Amino acid sequence: MTTPGTTAEHTETIRLRVNGVTHEVDVPPRRLLSDALRHDLGLTGTHVGCEHGVCGACTILVDGQPTRACLMFAIAAQEYELTTVEGMTRPDGTLGPVQQAFKDCHGLQCGFCTPGFITTIEAGLEENPDPTPDEARDMISGNLCRCTGYQNIVKSVLRAAELKREIPTGEGAGQ
Amino acid sequence: MTTKLMGEPVARVEDDRLVTGKGRYADDIMPGALEMAVLRSPHAHARIRSIDVDAVLDVPGVHAVYTYDDLEGPMAEPLPLLIPHPALTHGRTQYALAKDEVNYVGEAIAVVVADNRYLAEDAVGRIEVEYDFLPPVVGIDAARAAENLVHEDVPGNVAAVMEQSFGDAEAAIASAPHRLSLDLTVERSACMPMEGRGTVARWDEDLNRMSVWTSTQTSTGVRAAVATKLGLDLGQVDVVTPDVGGGFGVKIVHPWPEELLVPMAAKALRRPVKFTEDRREHFISSAHERGQQQHIEVGFDDEGRVLGMSVKFWHDNGAYTPYGLIVPIITSTQLLGPYKLPNYRVSFESLYTNTVIVTPYRGAGRPQGVYAMERTMDAIAAELGMDRTEVRENNFIQPEDFPYAHGELTFQDGRPLVYDSGNYPEMMRKARALVDWPAFEKFRDEARKEGRKVGIGIACYVEGTGVGPYEGGHVHIETSGKVKVSTGLTTQGQGHQTAFAQIVADELGVRFEDVEVVTGDTRRSPYSVGTFASRAAVMSGSAIALAARNARAKALRLAADALEADVDDLEIVDGIVRVKGAPDSQIALGTLAVLSNPLRYAFDEASRAATQFAVGDPSKPPVAEDDEPGLEGKDYYSPPRSTFASGIHAVIVETDPETAEIRILKYAVVHDCGTLINPRIVEGQVHGGVAQGVGGALYERMAYDETGQLQNASFMDFLMPYVTEVPETIDIDHLETPSPLNPLGIKGAGEAGVIPSAAVFAAAIEDAEGFPITAMPISPSELYALRLTHSTTSHERTAS
Ligand code: FES
Ligand code: FES
Repeated sequence: MTTPGTTAEHTETIRLRVNGVTHEVDVPPRRLLSDALRHDLGLTGTHVGCEHGVCGACTILVDGQPTRACLMFAIAAQEYELTTVEGMTRPDGTLGPVQQAFKDCHGLQCGFCTPGFITTIEAGLEENPDPTPDEARDMISGNLCRCTGYQNIVKSVLRAAELKREIPTGEGAGQ
Repeated sequence: MTTKLMGEPVARVEDDRLVTGKGRYADDIMPGALEMAVLRSPHAHARIRSIDVDAVLDVPGVHAVYTYDDLEGPMAEPLPLLIPHPALTHGRTQYALAKDEVNYVGEAIAVVVADNRYLAEDAVGRIEVEYDFLPPVVGIDAARAAENLVHEDVPGNVAAVMEQSFGDAEAAIASAPHRLSLDLTVERSACMPMEGRGTVARWDEDLNRMSVWTSTQTSTGVRAAVATKLGLDLGQVDVVTPDVGGGFGVKIVHPWPEELLVPMAAKALRRPVKFTEDRREHFISSAHERGQQQHIEVGFDDEGRVLGMSVKFWHDNGAYTPYGLIVPIITSTQLLGPYKLPNYRVSFESLYTNTVIVTPYRGAGRPQGVYAMERTMDAIAAELGMDRTEVRENNFIQPEDFPYAHGELTFQDGRPLVYDSGNYPEMMRKARALVDWPAFEKFRDEARKEGRKVGIGIACYVEGTGVGPYEGGHVHIETSGKVKVSTGLTTQGQGHQTAFAQIVADELGVRFEDVEVVTGDTRRSPYSVGTFASRAAVMSGSAIALAARNARAKALRLAADALEADVDDLEIVDGIVRVKGAPDSQIALGTLAVLSNPLRYAFDEASRAATQFAVGDPSKPPVAEDDEPGLEGKDYYSPPRSTFASGIHAVIVETDPETAEIRILKYAVVHDCGTLINPRIVEGQVHGGVAQGVGGALYERMAYDETGQLQNASFMDFLMPYVTEVPETIDIDHLETPSPLNPLGIKGAGEAGVIPSAAVFAAAIEDAEGFPITAMPISPSELYALRLTHSTTSHERTAS
């Protein structure tokens, strides 16, 4: 049975500042930030693995703090600087230190969980630039990965810390 | 000189894309597509009295709603029974949308297509269904008791009874010096890839063509299913596998109702349509595995040598059997592991329950088989007071015994169960060394003095990998010198683009960077089977190697003409064919690609370079009768039978004397997957497998209540390991016993990490606690309860 598909629900025009760029979009008030990023802004690097705040695949940085984009409404994200995995590359477009570390250490397989780990680690290393292996494990203990068994992700954290120390300040990833 | 890449831990070419957020997963494709949501049965067993969709049509943004009554032609018939088997006398499959009856919570009843998922879900909420409730059958006990039936025309809930044997197990057990029997159970878990299912379809009215992108382990399988069900010619349907966020078995073709309904709706509405499931849907409407009850009888001699073994098991296949008997057949054959049994009998019943269907999950029945056998080996050792590794060694198939046939048993591929190669004694030697087996008793004593409980477990397995029927490879050298490779099977994170490029670079003599591999695209590779049973490296790796050799032969033939040299005097280095010892006499592969296609215009560097060479005899046609234009190689690999990888895992655990928490102190893996293509990828596979094994042994279970509601259908309640649950490090040692069955000597590696986990953890916990562990997984509270039972019984014993 088919129907013509009349116009849908009420929307609001909102501004989202993502990876240093301001976007204006029309969204219904109930639209999740994860959906707005992915489907309205085309930033599909942010993934959705559970939609209930447990897996961490949708983690982005909200004013630098790791935040689950599936637990936030887009309309509530207007006031903040949002950073997604797409904003983690260096200004010249090459891999940022955390991204490079994942590649160096085989920290990913299917890559679906990876963006959420990368954003989480990026923020974690801001807070603790020189983590011990235990602190590295702690840093990623809220994210699920079904492929890697995590050993190489822990290595990636430590490697990323090393790479970050090698970069002169001001040239880090993100803005 | 080009360095050999085979066996090198090359960094993955996939990663740049995936770490920058540029991966393309199913839900990333076709922005703006209409979206589908599914009304799923909230009841485990019920007859559908009526479905009222009237209220849906008023929801703004809704484009269509479908129930069973809207399905036509083949879509209205039951979904295919993909792998029939003579023993599957009562196979049943569901309809794409339920007809009259639902048999598990989650079964699809209706779908709505709307502007977006939010609106589609709103509309689904408005569909009214009236049910007549039927008593649900949940769990193997209820299925066996058969007081209620899942399908009224399937007596005893028995889908299949199957038996295989060699020798005379009963007689051998009866006359053996020692006898034991064991009753074991394993519960359900599931693959749980981080990306759920997703399908996007676009019908092109101008080209009369269907394009489907789906998160699958077999693009050709989905293509055939879509074409058959929608009444399209195979040639009208393209299925492209985008990046896939993990599979582990569940994304093999079933086909899912949604995989058919999405293209159906796209064609009807002439708009792209997408379905992306949420996590709850993945729990209640994809597939689970592992649930079995096992009864084992074994007879053995004073050295622990098994003289006869008889196994009966009951396999929970869920509500339907689209995937036939693959899982229990694998359990019943792979149970034999690395051991030489003179007499063996196995029989199983595959039983219906009102729960989600059961299809292969990484390991696919092997973990249960290994659990049965390895627990038996441990029981024999305990009975005789022997070392557990020694009992195993006394039963090993010896290196000189290969190829080794297990009587007349038939494996899952319908072929005789014949092991191709292996070295189990050497593997045991390595495993004992890696975990320092001899030093454990001292460690235990020291721990005991500190009031700690520790235990060690060891488990062996043999894994049939690389099952047929075939895979293909296509290698195309472009005029730029770049090499484009395609194989039909799909990729879910195994790094095929890297591993296969390594093979091509070596075989062809080109730079790794110049090779690009595409997988799972039916436009490029219409003939293919799929990615399962640790078969990708064996099957496609071999096919691609053969294809590259063909391309190389053609390149050398053309180069010999162009350089007026003998083929045997040529070599290919970094994409340049040159005369050995006379490097000035050379021609680039790209130039040869131009020469191979003599009818084309000169429009690039390579074609201009080609003008200085004249190829062939002017009196003959430019393309010889037995030749084709283009510098390509193509081939298929179809093995006579599977190749058998093997391994041994050992674990040391500590159990908390108060809380019964189980902590992993050491985890060691010795693994033989034949020739290694990329050790870093193989180790990654082992790591991931072990983590899934830890989950399956200690945390994960599908908690169905007696009404058939899955009570833990979310990541909050289903305990999948985080970093905090897995071993901090895994010690890995490789043994390379090449397979004689394929050109590179490869065996599969994808499932190895997970296969022996239930067995090895049960053994270690049993060793720490001193009482038998017979049901897996085991949680701290269950272990605690067992402690109470055993302390009461031992107390009673002392009292009496
Ligand atoms: S999708 Fe947001 S936490 Fe899983
Ligand atoms: S890499 Fe696949 S889920 Fe983490």
